[in-house]
Amino acid sequence: MRSRAARIDAVWGVAMAAPAVLGVTVLGLVPFGFVIWYSLHDWAPLAGRFTWVGGANFVRLLNDDVMWGSLLTTLQFTGMLVVINIGLALVLALLLNQRFRGAVAFRAFFFSPVVVSSVAWVLIWSYLVAANGGINGVLATWGIEGPNWLRDPQWALLTVVVIQVFKGVGMNMVLFLAALQGVPAELKEAARVDGASPARSLVSITLPMITPTILMVIMITTIGSLDVFVPIQVLTQGGPGRSTTVISYLLYQTAFLQQRFGYASAIGVILFLVSLLFAALQWGSRKRWVHDEV
Amino acid sequence: MVSHTDGKRHRRNQMLTRAGLYALLAVLAVPFVYPTLWMLVSGFKPIDEIFRVPPTLLPQQWTLDGVSKVFTVTPFARQYFNSLYLSVVITVGTVAVGALAGYAFARIRFPGANFLFLVLISGIMIPGEVTIIPIFRWVSQLHLLDNHLPLIVLQVFGPGCVVSVFIFRQFFLSLPVELEEAARLDGLGRLGIFLRISFPLSGPAIAAVAIMKFLSAFNMYFEPLILLRSPELFPVGLGLTGFQDSYSEPLYNTQIAATALTVVPILVVFLFAQRQFVEGLARTGLKG
Repeated sequence: MRSRAARIDAVWGVAMAAPAVLGVTVLGLVPFGFVIWYSLHDWAPLAGRFTWVGGANFVRLLNDDVMWGSLLTTLQFTGMLVVINIGLALVLALLLNQRFRGAVAFRAFFFSPVVVSSVAWVLIWSYLVAANGGINGVLATWGIEGPNWLRDPQWALLTVVVIQVFKGVGMNMVLFLAALQGVPAELKEAARVDGASPARSLVSITLPMITPTILMVIMITTIGSLDVFVPIQVLTQGGPGRSTTVISYLLYQTAFLQQRFGYASAIGVILFLVSLLFAALQWGSRKRWVHDEV
Repeated sequence: MVSHTDGKRHRRNQMLTRAGLYALLAVLAVPFVYPTLWMLVSGFKPIDEIFRVPPTLLPQQWTLDGVSKVFTVTPFARQYFNSLYLSVVITVGTVAVGALAGYAFARIRFPGANFLFLVLISGIMIPGEVTIIPIFRWVSQLHLLDNHLPLIVLQVFGPGCVVSVFIFRQFFLSLPVELEEAARLDGLGRLGIFLRISFPLSGPAIAAVAIMKFLSAFNMYFEPLILLRSPELFPVGLGLTGFQDSYSEPLYNTQIAATALTVVPILVVFLFAQRQFVEGLARTGLKG
């Protein structure tokens, strides 16, 4: 009797988990398997060509300057985005973690771009950073001639990064705020009594206590930055030149603008390996700096 | 006496620090708040005022020229409706899928649960830009290109549902088991317990998932760009980039006004319920 009930229960468990598990399998894992399969083919749908080429796509990728350039651009994009985003999120969270009137309002200000759609946010900024847009207008009143932010290869990538940081940093700020509120007040009080300066207490107590959250936020932000599409598509289409063509955008161009699906699939495999590598490095580094990890 | 002046000096220092804090925060808030404010008013500017030097915040000359074209140049109203209904359907579907699976993983012992959970986790690591290639192929083989159905199925059941499973699982783990045991003694089966007891209690998780999913569905851009062709079927985000007049000159003020129309409703809800938004989304721990 008991075991029959347990069996019925188990059936319910499988049935209730099924939509999510099947969905992720059929729409995530299986397609990824197909991407690996496609990456071993020369596939041009318009020409009706689908022929086995083995590792040729990957050999070509290794000798493709565009690919290497794109890989470098991706590393710069992700590196700058993660550093600026995490740094700013921490500063904002530490500022807002004090008791003062208006803290909630400021939190809402910094968070508000998170609820604005990416396209809208990026479109507005495309006006503000245009050659004759608001930012250069303000700079001009101080006698500074600003660059054409999105059309200048020196500035385009950084400009996209900064716009993207303003869009999403509020989320990370809130995650850090939640972590800061979990730091026991007694610890900070004890440090103060022992004569530690506020700066010392921050470096030696507060920051170490929230390192688990910092690790999680760094990993989420990294994965999200490798997936970037909307800002590149709306702001620069990968240009000027190839200065903002990150791998995810190169994949889109190769597949859907050039109709080279096999080669694009090989790029997709590389993109996956890059995100895996980032995640592994970050996760692997945790014992060195994350509190409570031995 | 000495301590009195000391206290005064201390208080004055504190006030100075406080003033400095406000000044710093106000400066930092500019790039977060100014673009939205600029958007709200610039739709009312004539085209040539948008790029005027020095820039104007408020329109020097108010005009409805841009706003009036919003609904005539592109099928904007239709696209707006598309986004709204797609977002609602996708949100409801995701809450259902996430709650069911989250409950199963939190409460029910079934064979292979750990393995299946691992399957879900591995789904997160696969970027959507990669898997779109086979999915594009399947959708076109099924003759479902230029149709909303694949978008809904992808958003509800695809790897994007994993976060909602996590949120619900986490929530159900925190719910006392005693509630369910009482219901079981009353003769309720597993599904009955879920539907009548656990799910109705999961308000905070529902809110978190719903806010996150609605925002991301309203934000949908990449999948529609690949899978749709007709502007009448576009969601509003994809439509925003299509504001050009017949000579292909962008209608700046119209585009800005349209953008504002897509942002304002969500922003208003956010202003009224910002605590729920911020805390709900913080619970999801992921970007919409």
